[in-house]
Amino acid sequence: MRAEPKRDTAIPNTITIDGQEIPFSIGQTIMDAALAAGVYIPHLCHRPGLTPHGSCKLCTVSIEGRNVASHTADRRIQASSSVEIDSRSVSACTMPAMAGQQIRNNTPALNEVRKTITQMLFIEGNHLCPSCEKTGDCTLQAVAYHLGMLDGHFPQLSPRREVDASHGSVVLDRDRCILCELCVRASREVDGKNVFAISGRGIDAHLIVNSASGKLADSDLETGDMAAHICPVGAILIKEHGYEVPIGRRTFDLHRVSEIGLEPVILAKVRHTDE
Amino acid sequence: MKHKPAVNSSHAYSIDHECSIDQIRSVIAQNRSDHLLHILHALQQQLLHIPHRAVAEVASHLNLPVGQVESVVEFYSFFHNIPRGRYNILLSNCTSCGYMAGGKNLLQLLCQLLGVVAGRTRADGLVSVDQTSCVGMCDHGAAMLVNDRPIIRLDSGRIERIAALVNAAVPLEGWPEEWFDVDDNIRSSGLLLKDDLVAGDGLHAMIARGADATLDEITRSGLRGRGGAGFSTGMKWQFCREAPGDAHYVVCNADEGEPGTFKDRILLHSYADEVFEGMTVCARVIGSGQGLLYLRGEYRYLLPQLQAVLARRRELGLLGRNILGQPGFNFEIEIVVGAGAYICGEESALIESLEGKRGVPRNRPPFPVTHGYLGRPTVVNNVETFSAAAHIALRGSAWFSATGTGKSAGSKILSVSGDCAAPGIYEYPFGVTIQQVLEDCAAKDVQAVQVGGPSGTLIGKAEFGRKLGFEDLPTGGSFMVFGQERDLLAVAVNFAHFFAHESCGFCTPCRVGTTLLKNGVDKIAGGHGTHYDVDELKRLGALIKRRSHCGLGQTAANHLLDVIQRFPQVIEQRLAHSEFEPYFNLDAALEEARRITHRNDAAAHLE
Amino acid sequence: MNNAKIRVATASLAGCFGCHMSFLDIDERLVGLLEHVEFGRSPLTDIKHCGPCDIALIEGGLCNAENVHVLSELRANSKILIAVGACAINGGIPAMRNHYSLRECLEETYLNGVGVENPQIPNDVELPLLLSKVHPLHEVVHVDYYLPGCPPSADAFLKILGDLLAGDEPSLPKNLLHYD
Ligand SMILES: Cc1cc2nc3c(=O)[nH]c(=O)nc-3n(C[C@H](O)[C@H](O)[C@H](O)COP(=O)(O)O)c2cc1C
Ligand code: SF4
Ligand code: SF4
Ligand code: SF4
Ligand code: FES
Repeated sequence: MRAEPKRDTAIPNTITIDGQEIPFSIGQTIMDAALAAGVYIPHLCHRPGLTPHGSCKLCTVSIEGRNVASHTADRRIQASSSVEIDSRSVSACTMPAMAGQQIRNNTPALNEVRKTITQMLFIEGNHLCPSCEKTGDCTLQAVAYHLGMLDGHFPQLSPRREVDASHGSVVLDRDRCILCELCVRASREVDGKNVFAISGRGIDAHLIVNSASGKLADSDLETGDMAAHICPVGAILIKEHGYEVPIGRRTFDLHRVSEIGLEPVILAKVRHTDE
Repeated sequence: MKHKPAVNSSHAYSIDHECSIDQIRSVIAQNRSDHLLHILHALQQQLLHIPHRAVAEVASHLNLPVGQVESVVEFYSFFHNIPRGRYNILLSNCTSCGYMAGGKNLLQLLCQLLGVVAGRTRADGLVSVDQTSCVGMCDHGAAMLVNDRPIIRLDSGRIERIAALVNAAVPLEGWPEEWFDVDDNIRSSGLLLKDDLVAGDGLHAMIARGADATLDEITRSGLRGRGGAGFSTGMKWQFCREAPGDAHYVVCNADEGEPGTFKDRILLHSYADEVFEGMTVCARVIGSGQGLLYLRGEYRYLLPQLQAVLARRRELGLLGRNILGQPGFNFEIEIVVGAGAYICGEESALIESLEGKRGVPRNRPPFPVTHGYLGRPTVVNNVETFSAAAHIALRGSAWFSATGTGKSAGSKILSVSGDCAAPGIYEYPFGVTIQQVLEDCAAKDVQAVQVGGPSGTLIGKAEFGRKLGFEDLPTGGSFMVFGQERDLLAVAVNFAHFFAHESCGFCTPCRVGTTLLKNGVDKIAGGHGTHYDVDELKRLGALIKRRSHCGLGQTAANHLLDVIQRFPQVIEQRLAHSEFEPYFNLDAALEEARRITHRNDAAAHLE
Repeated sequence: MNNAKIRVATASLAGCFGCHMSFLDIDERLVGLLEHVEFGRSPLTDIKHCGPCDIALIEGGLCNAENVHVLSELRANSKILIAVGACAINGGIPAMRNHYSLRECLEETYLNGVGVENPQIPNDVELPLLLSKVHPLHEVVHVDYYLPGCPPSADAFLKILGDLLAGDEPSLPKNLLHYD
């Protein structure tokens, strides 16, 4: 066995989520531990096996009694830390599990926050589900159902985003991209390529293709790549297979997103040569 | 007449503006630095943009993915993929040094005089005019950057002369020299600004004392980070020193992007030796051979001078190999210049930028002290922090902690700007009251003070007795005074636009939320807000604050929540007297159709 | 007519009448419903203007000036306004035109499209002018409830109306919640 950090065996390696004690091993995040124990924490930019990302913020949980005025505090948080000292918001997918953490997850307040964040994702892009091939198989949609989202709440931002249909078998419709970077990571970490990247800044951030022309056709993306299949929404689609499974018989017509184990754990981890 | 539907393409590189590949290659080859930001800057400067084919050239030159180069070009405000004018003019839009500072819209005036639309290059390619976030000239009135050089104290007269010089294509060398003179404006000095520390004295003292004891002194002095977070500098150095790694790095954060902050500009301009000396002390303590100073692009004009100071220090044996004759005490400092991105002041985004990437904050843990630049243990400190460290190395911890308060030892350098007779640099012992500062800068009829910049706290008269310090009102140094005449809602609009513009776009709450906040404040300022909108903004603000990934998002709503809470009448008096107002202007939404159909009848309008 | 009846108005703005059709799919249950409900302005009754009503069910988003007028009238006259279906809620299929500028849309349709004869963009004053973009209802008026679906099922209609008739806060069981 590799050297384990010395620890007091009296302190068990467990965290508590909504009152349920959950074991974890060193190196696991809160999300890892929760999923392993069958506890669902809503997530969009996370996929077991890929490097945690922490961008969608759907997995936001509260840790109680965490000492905020520690080294972790950035300058701007300091000012507000005194009032919020009794609970701190963290991303479950990136926060390492630490013995004794008291975590709140499935609470009405947190689910409300998550619903608002989901609404932000809907209105910042163009999500017209009735016309989307991914409907029924879409994790964004399924999470929205899970959270009881009825509408986008905010005004639509209706951005104009570019569609890239240049590739023989894969289409990229940026209207539905939620910038989760799953494709970016899958391409680098699993496929051993580097097909995608995020470019731009702020609300103008967008997915680009890492090829001289910026087109998918000129990239080395292949249909067999993980990156061609991992998109949680209908932004990267395999051409001509969209309606093989009829609406009504699709993943989230038959399952709920909160059922653990729907997403394959990515086992083959090939590191990109650049890293 | 037949029109082809315009190609619906957001792809930026549809046209390549006659730049030959040889031109591109020669710019790349001549550039002395291999830092991506520097190469891109050289291209931008010489070709006035970064043509698409240059992206691939740079990528192959540096052996980087094309996507990385392209994404960097599109991230930083100072890089463009369509040409800017040969005179590239950027007016600050800060509430203190912005184009509205004198009450007149100088941006509009300049555009008019030059016949340009803001943000677009004039057809003859001579000039482009645009706005940019605070350029750190807040003590000098309205300011602009012309081809990277600041011009201060703008008023209509100066704008008219500038327009004439541009139209006559007079090279910058022929413009009045004094326009470019940016002086320090030090109004009161304390521990750090009082006397110049003689270059090398701090290092001599450290060597005499030993690295361990010096670290002890830094820790015992109670010095806390001056960038704002206020983390113990001694502890940070200690963590970094203890972290395993084949290299350790010292990084000086000179990004100074918080609107209303300009004290690092003065330290870099007139006290650069102290800053470099502090970095060198740190290097010795943590065992680092390489330092980096990340200079904001707006301060590029300071670069030659800073390079000169570094060169002198090398000559004096204060930098380089075997510093002060100590075998194995090797340390070099490199300067990396940013390109217009406030987020790059956040330490982990800064490190990403140093590594030639978009400035996106990392996940923490791990922290820079263990996994920083190139994944190695790294200390990131503010300019002022390093300056203080140099002084402490020389004079000891007691000298420092004798000033200030219990939790906030030492002094704080404030950048005072806005509605006061004597804007400038004021160094105070921590614990000074707001009232005292206001008296010293001769501010009359003060309505409010923005402490710590837009990300800080907005306070009104009732709170002027409060004290600056980590116990009460922390500040990175920005101190903006708003007189009775100021429209605080206009200020809120300004700040909301700032955050939406500067959000890096990584996390959902800030990426989408700052834009929604901006739209919401605009709606209220436009007279179309209702109580419902105010409630919405409060709810949204709370979410952005609590759920965002980094300090930018976590503070982006502060200013607005402060106005709503402390100055409710400012909002109230602008609200529409209805329960609900549309989110967009209905009549304006018909304008395009009116133009296409040439209709203007009553039915072609909406109330 | 029974005074105690709840008055319901319906309208189809920039939609396809699919929501109305789906509403009619409640079939024989309509009889029971009509014991408690009467219809005011609605394509179902062909009453063109809106009097005061309790509930307004609105299908479709806003694509032109007329849509805005109809919506405003319904909002002013109804106690409860419900956005029904994907188009009312986020613009839906008609909002696919937001990908293009209005000029591009009109030129493609009336000037450059396949098989266009006598190319000319209509500008008759009788025609409602198009908004530059298609908008959902809640951007223009306050919306009380949302009934998603493309279209919402008959069961979903019955559920929300049933709840309202019973004086309950309306809710949808998860199996009736879908956006497609
Ligand atoms: C959005 C944002 C902008 C920041 N800008 C600066 C800056 O311009 N200069 C600075 O020293 N610190 C800035 N910081 C704080 C840094 O992240 C970091 O805390 C600081 O450089 C540490 O140095 P110190 O301990 O000496 O203060 C910023 C933080 C955030 C979140
Ligand atoms: S990606 Fe998902 S949420 Fe978006 S339109 Fe398609 S099905 Fe709907
Ligand atoms: S294309 Fe899909 S996988 Fe890639 S970033 Fe966008 S939403 Fe995520
Ligand atoms: S809070 Fe804003 S600036 Fe920070 S990571 Fe998120 S999007 Fe970027
Ligand atoms: S799942 Fe954790 S931030 Fe996206």
